[in-house]
Amino acid sequence: MDLDLSDDQIALRDGISSMLAARVPMERVRAGFDRALFDDLAAAGVFSLRSDGFSWADCVVVFEQLGRYCVPGPLVASLLLGDGRIAGAAIESQPMWIEHLDELDVFLVGGMDDVRVVDPREIVAERSPWPLDPCTPIARVELLPEGMPFGVERRNWELAGVTLTAALQLGLADRLTELAVAYAKERVQFDRPIGSFQAIKHMLADMLTRTEVARAAVYSAGAVLDEMPSAWTRRRLAHGAKVVAGDAAITNGKVATQIFGGMGFTWEVDVHLYLKRAWVLDTHFESADRNAELVCVTAGDPRIWGDS
Amino acid sequence: MELRYSDADESFRAELHAWLETVLPALAPQPPRDAWPERRKWDTEWQRRLFDAGYAGLHWPKDYGGRGASPTEQLIFYEETARARAPYVGVNFVGTLHAGPTLIEEGTDEQKATHLPRILCGDEVWCQGFSEPGAGSDLASLRTRADRDGDDYILNGQKIWCSFGQIADVGEFLVRTDPDAPKNRGISWLILPMDLPGIEVRPLKTVLGSSEFAEVFLTDVRVPVANRVGDENDGWRVTNVTLKYERGTAFVSELVDSIRLCEDLATRMAVKGDESLQTELGRCIAEFDALWALTKRNVSQATRGAPGPGAMVMKLAYSEARQRFGELCMKALQRDALHVDDNELVEERLRTLALTIAAGASQIQRNIIGERVLGLPREPR
Repeated sequence: MDLDLSDDQIALRDGISSMLAARVPMERVRAGFDRALFDDLAAAGVFSLRSDGFSWADCVVVFEQLGRYCVPGPLVASLLLGDGRIAGAAIESQPMWIEHLDELDVFLVGGMDDVRVVDPREIVAERSPWPLDPCTPIARVELLPEGMPFGVERRNWELAGVTLTAALQLGLADRLTELAVAYAKERVQFDRPIGSFQAIKHMLADMLTRTEVARAAVYSAGAVLDEMPSAWTRRRLAHGAKVVAGDAAITNGKVATQIFGGMGFTWEVDVHLYLKRAWVLDTHFESADRNAELVCVTAGDPRIWGDS
Repeated sequence: MELRYSDADESFRAELHAWLETVLPALAPQPPRDAWPERRKWDTEWQRRLFDAGYAGLHWPKDYGGRGASPTEQLIFYEETARARAPYVGVNFVGTLHAGPTLIEEGTDEQKATHLPRILCGDEVWCQGFSEPGAGSDLASLRTRADRDGDDYILNGQKIWCSFGQIADVGEFLVRTDPDAPKNRGISWLILPMDLPGIEVRPLKTVLGSSEFAEVFLTDVRVPVANRVGDENDGWRVTNVTLKYERGTAFVSELVDSIRLCEDLATRMAVKGDESLQTELGRCIAEFDALWALTKRNVSQATRGAPGPGAMVMKLAYSEARQRFGELCMKALQRDALHVDDNELVEERLRTLALTIAAGASQIQRNIIGERVLGLPREPR
């Protein structure tokens, strides 16, 4: 039993982190997702992790860093597809909102019992002129083409997606803590750094606490995907990780905005980009509330999910 | 990252599990909260069984009669005993988890020889005399005086929140030996036999209606200087040496219980088809599962000898999460929450009010996290 990073995972984390620091600074994040960014990430092996033999826990370590650097794009589905194409994914709803539609090679839809693949060129959609997250363009689809069955098992596909999304959310929560702490150390009011005041200090301590708790949840959800204990455990930990990490990302985003004060309300300061991404990711593979409900239903009846 | 336990750890678990199955059925029912002599007997008999089976002083070094268990074995021990609903450490808490380790690190050979074997086998029960009416969160401002008189100290003052004070043989007491020094540099750590003349113990009734704690009044209590552990005025450091024994397992039993209560409530909700509270309960379960994972992560890091920030946030995160769950229980029970008898969730709601106050209030925890982990400047004091 070891829920700490292995030496290899530390090297993986540091490697991806220094690549992102060099290649995906915030100016590039603000420019949004495009083929060139996808190619850079692909060249670093981000989307071929599974075929290159990395574990789900390793993927979680990488996706935490992608979240930390606020990297935009359909990252989770592209990894799940893992064949070098840019893939978007969403759980079926009416109407559907599709992100990054113009950049997609493939679109995957999670239905009630199956996953289907749709050709994005066949999707008729209305682009929003003002997406909530400026790095995540969004288009509205009234009627999605039926598409073709995609040969994966729906539940396991979803649990991997849930866990990787939670890893992105963890990264956001972590980076928001770091940004807010740094600002609270340098911003002076009443002749002292605001981080010395308990009113601010306690908010920052809670940010760190939420992040550390979320990290443990996300890492254990990653390890569970690899070790395949009972379906009951897998579901409970994956959905639970998304609840905890999703709440941490959104709450840390709101608290960081508060700590940055007026500057936190500006377009110039990056905090809003992390918060908006946190809101976007909360809708992926269903909201924290819905995931919490699934945790409760799962915990309340060990038998209902069988042992598949 | 790996959740699976090693074969050696699994066989430790299996052996422990088998042992619990043989001893637990024969156990007498747990005495009520206020029946202190019976509680002492029940808890110390359990300690004796642990001792005979080789599980006493699990985390103590072998040289002192302990088992020298690894952090992971400690985690397994607390997990399995809590799952089996075995007795908790109870009145042996201060002796085995605090005073014992302190003596191991700082005591003289004579102090160790006198107390350690007796603590291990349940013959000696300890209490803690740290807090005072005027020294709670600001513990270092304590004022109980110890004036030197030849080979003795003369103690005068008052202690509060003294767990097990009613039945303890010995206490670990913090006293002021230098009133002129800066407040945390004039404190000494004393072994106080609780039957000395001048000690009066009064039960303190809590919100549970029972006396979980005591107040201790000290009037001209004469204690040999030989009962001091560590140097004079070095007691503040001595109290902190037990941190070395912290392996991230402090909340294992609490978490096992919390998860059990959550699952019970989730099952009942599923039966009743009550969906309105499912989301909220799901959040509680997700948080406790996350804290269980954090426990494993902290144990993993302790094994490596490199504790991370997770160890610092555990107490704050758990106690706050447990109170949210307690509030949810009150909401779920509605008017069924208006009696405490045979109502574990309500009794627990009352008990857990203390979690965010005792052993470092949440506000103090946030100061510590802010200053020691995040490196934020101190508030002017």
